[in-house]
Amino acid sequence: MADLTTTAPRAVTNPRATLQDLLPKIVLAPSFALILIFVYGFIVFTAFLSFSGSKLLPDFSTWVGLNNYVRLFNHPNWITALKNLAIFSVLYIVICSFIGLALAIFLDQKIRGEGVLRPIYLYPMALSFIVTGVAWKWFLDPGIGLEHVMQSWGWESFSFRWIKEGQMAIYTIVIAAVWQSSGFVMAMFLAGLRGVDNEIIKAAQIDGASTLTIYRRIIIPLMRPVFLSAFVVLAHLAIKSYDLVVAMTDGGPGTATWTPALFMQKFTFGRNEMGMGAASAIIMMMMIFAIIVPYLYSELGGKKK
Amino acid sequence: MSAASQDVATRNGIFARALIYAVLILFAVYYLLPLYVMVVNSLKPLDEIRQGNMLALPQQWTIAPWLSAWSTAQIGVSPTGLKPYFLNSVMMVVPAVALSTILGALNGYVLTKWRFKGDNIVFGLMLLACFIPFQIVLIPSARILGLTGLAGTITGLVLIHAIYGLGFTTLFFRNYYEAFPTELVRAAQIDGASFFQIFRRILLPSSGPIIVVTVIWQFTNIWNDFLFGSSFSGFNSIPLTVALNNLVNSSTGVKEYNVHFAGAILAALPTLIVYIVSGRYFVRGLMAGAVKG
Amino acid sequence: MSFLKISNLYKNYGQVEILKDINIEIDKGGFLVLVGPSGCGKSTLLNTIAGLEPITSGEISINGNSVAGLHPSKRDIAMVFQSYALYPNMTVAGNIAFGMEIRGVPKDERDKAIKQVSDILQIGHLLDRKPSQLSGGQRQRVAMGRALVRNPQVFLFDEPLSNLDAKLRVDMRTEIKRLHQRMKTTIVYVTHDQIEAMTLASKIAVLKDGTLQQFGTPAEIYNSPANMFVADFMGSPAMNLLTARLENGEGGLNVMLERPGEKPLALPIKNANGVLGGYSGKEIIFGVRPEALTDPDGADRNARSIAEGECLIEVVEPAGSDTFAVTKLGGKEVVARLRADAAIHAGQKTKLAFNLDKAVFFDPKSQLRIA
Repeated sequence: MADLTTTAPRAVTNPRATLQDLLPKIVLAPSFALILIFVYGFIVFTAFLSFSGSKLLPDFSTWVGLNNYVRLFNHPNWITALKNLAIFSVLYIVICSFIGLALAIFLDQKIRGEGVLRPIYLYPMALSFIVTGVAWKWFLDPGIGLEHVMQSWGWESFSFRWIKEGQMAIYTIVIAAVWQSSGFVMAMFLAGLRGVDNEIIKAAQIDGASTLTIYRRIIIPLMRPVFLSAFVVLAHLAIKSYDLVVAMTDGGPGTATWTPALFMQKFTFGRNEMGMGAASAIIMMMMIFAIIVPYLYSELGGKKK
Repeated sequence: MSAASQDVATRNGIFARALIYAVLILFAVYYLLPLYVMVVNSLKPLDEIRQGNMLALPQQWTIAPWLSAWSTAQIGVSPTGLKPYFLNSVMMVVPAVALSTILGALNGYVLTKWRFKGDNIVFGLMLLACFIPFQIVLIPSARILGLTGLAGTITGLVLIHAIYGLGFTTLFFRNYYEAFPTELVRAAQIDGASFFQIFRRILLPSSGPIIVVTVIWQFTNIWNDFLFGSSFSGFNSIPLTVALNNLVNSSTGVKEYNVHFAGAILAALPTLIVYIVSGRYFVRGLMAGAVKG
Repeated sequence: MSFLKISNLYKNYGQVEILKDINIEIDKGGFLVLVGPSGCGKSTLLNTIAGLEPITSGEISINGNSVAGLHPSKRDIAMVFQSYALYPNMTVAGNIAFGMEIRGVPKDERDKAIKQVSDILQIGHLLDRKPSQLSGGQRQRVAMGRALVRNPQVFLFDEPLSNLDAKLRVDMRTEIKRLHQRMKTTIVYVTHDQIEAMTLASKIAVLKDGTLQQFGTPAEIYNSPANMFVADFMGSPAMNLLTARLENGEGGLNVMLERPGEKPLALPIKNANGVLGGYSGKEIIFGVRPEALTDPDGADRNARSIAEGECLIEVVEPAGSDTFAVTKLGGKEVVARLRADAAIHAGQKTKLAFNLDKAVFFDPKSQLRIA
């Protein structure tokens, strides 16, 4: 029935590239360009710096190859920073996850006053690390803080001076950081728990499982994605940890609480070792990307299915 | 089940619930303790802190530390209090939040409703930018700010915060608009609405919640920032967090703990108020920023 | 001269061909239904007509003018969406008038148009409400009002009834048909529901995997399906498609159907044509709709070719107006449609009448109809 005219050329409807058609890309372009330059361009810039002999200012005239990285990993302060990062991140992640999960499970028991407790657990997340640092710095200060309080209450022999002790100071930073973040982890787990299908729990109850068993065998295993998210968020925060350390100890006593972020700052702007500072920043980025990239990949890839 | 064992069960249940409440309240104390310490000691004279007990209520109430922290405390070289720095922070935060939120909304709109080849790569690169350690951009940023004459200015800080917030704002709006029905956009196209008309008339009126979430997220992050503030601010553009740190950690003079605490509360107040007023949105932002890629 | 003409239309997403060589045309005032299973490309085809998605090659013209590269708002079309796509922040009146507002139509003219349309659709009392305050059926009306007010050359409907419950769906179907009879505007209507297609269309286009399977009137599609897909897709319950052999026997050509535990059932075809004769001794697919397979008393008295055969009834499904009986022939379950009061029960052997006038035959390889 269709009278196909063979002479008619195949009209390829190529919408004319009018302004309206290009507008979306024009709108997106500035943001994307800024990100390309200020993030990826700058990463390349810093990578170049890390192979240069820059001291006070960027200096691309001398190339030192991997020398900055060799010096970095032979520098005792960097080794301290890495050790501190290991101690800090392991304790921070484990304790936050544990407290977060425990509080979430407890709060999920139809607790009266949940509406009051939840915001109390979470408010530290709204504070600056500097404020947190000030509060804990003085609270843990032996002269006026906890030790002083205990002694004034009659416990004369009480001693708690970790913040002044090189071996222990990093743990005081863990205490403050856990204080700030664990409520947030609680909120993540609570959202996860509330998302569990009620019918699964009912089925388990009918099977005769006790509350403890239901949590241990069914609910907590279902929280795996939340554990993963919490791990990624906390690990990422741990590697970036800078403000809190500056406010509490500024790396002291001595260099006892240096972290990689602090190292980068001190070497680049304090000691005029820009090449080494850049190298340390590159190492930090590699650590974060090693965690984030696979995570994002699985999250985005998983969503497409 | 016999009556006796049922009895044991309920008694165990009561014991368990009591334990749960005890733990929950203990943790509430843990979280509130630092805030309590700050508030109580910011209202005491300095002597009372040094000789007395940090956990005790003031014997002699005073607001002098607050006044000092606000307007007379020695910060750096001048006895100005935190007031000028508070204003610096406000002048830095407001435009930076506005700029990054507007751009993020437009980006999210384009990335979901005007898709093009390679849009996923663009989004992926913007998303990954959220997670970089900012140390890696400190040196070149300082360089660019120097070259453009923006070093040490509030404008420079606004730009830096706006740019490095773009990843998150775009992420928020993209995820929100992803769930926004595309058929509405198509209906508006058939009605003849233009690119910007569709955004303004169709999407924006439904974007209230995500705008609130984004503004709170950006406000909290930028207000609380220390790294950029300490790296890029000049004499006239130091933000509040940096000033507070200078106040607390200056090595000279007597340590006025009560003034430090008052200053810390002043610095925390804006974000705390936002949290109290709109906690629901605050939490939603945290979750969106943290959990979903 | 056809009013809406789609010729040699192709559409690719990257390497994937979504639509392949689509040719459809329909006269002014016609009601074209695009039907097919989900993912067949019917909505994409509608979107290309609307200009919401670009085409790779081919041409679409409305009223003799090519719409290539024209913005959706310039094609003089209106569209009703599956989700209704009502602007949630505007009132019903605002929704209906939005297009006019964008075009800069003065307020009093807009109000007049709103009044007119709301009278037709009886939604005058809803004009100040927001979409969220409306029921599904009301939203549907508003969405149609928004389309009507444009007074377009072509209406496009994208599965407009699929979000309604069963009863409302039937009511709205009638209403759309009535509206079409009154306005006489050309309509293109997408649905996956073959009953909607049959009841509404003046022409049906059946699509599958991006290719046009058959294009014709509802009667053509129903009675002379071009291939096994169309035969199976259109009609409910679906046509019985049975593997059979054609054999020359007494009384001419016979359809031989295997039966469990018995010799095959032979159905003589009285008016077999030459093409069918060529398949003698070969395997074919024998297609018979349930209503062409009944109890002998209920068989069509005007049919020229009726064959009867004993069948073992396995399941009986009374449906009120009819009774469906399931038997097994040619290794497959076969549905027969009997009178409502047919005295029959499962496990019983009974005579069934095959109306061979209505039977169709397919080539098992090509799946195309041979007679």
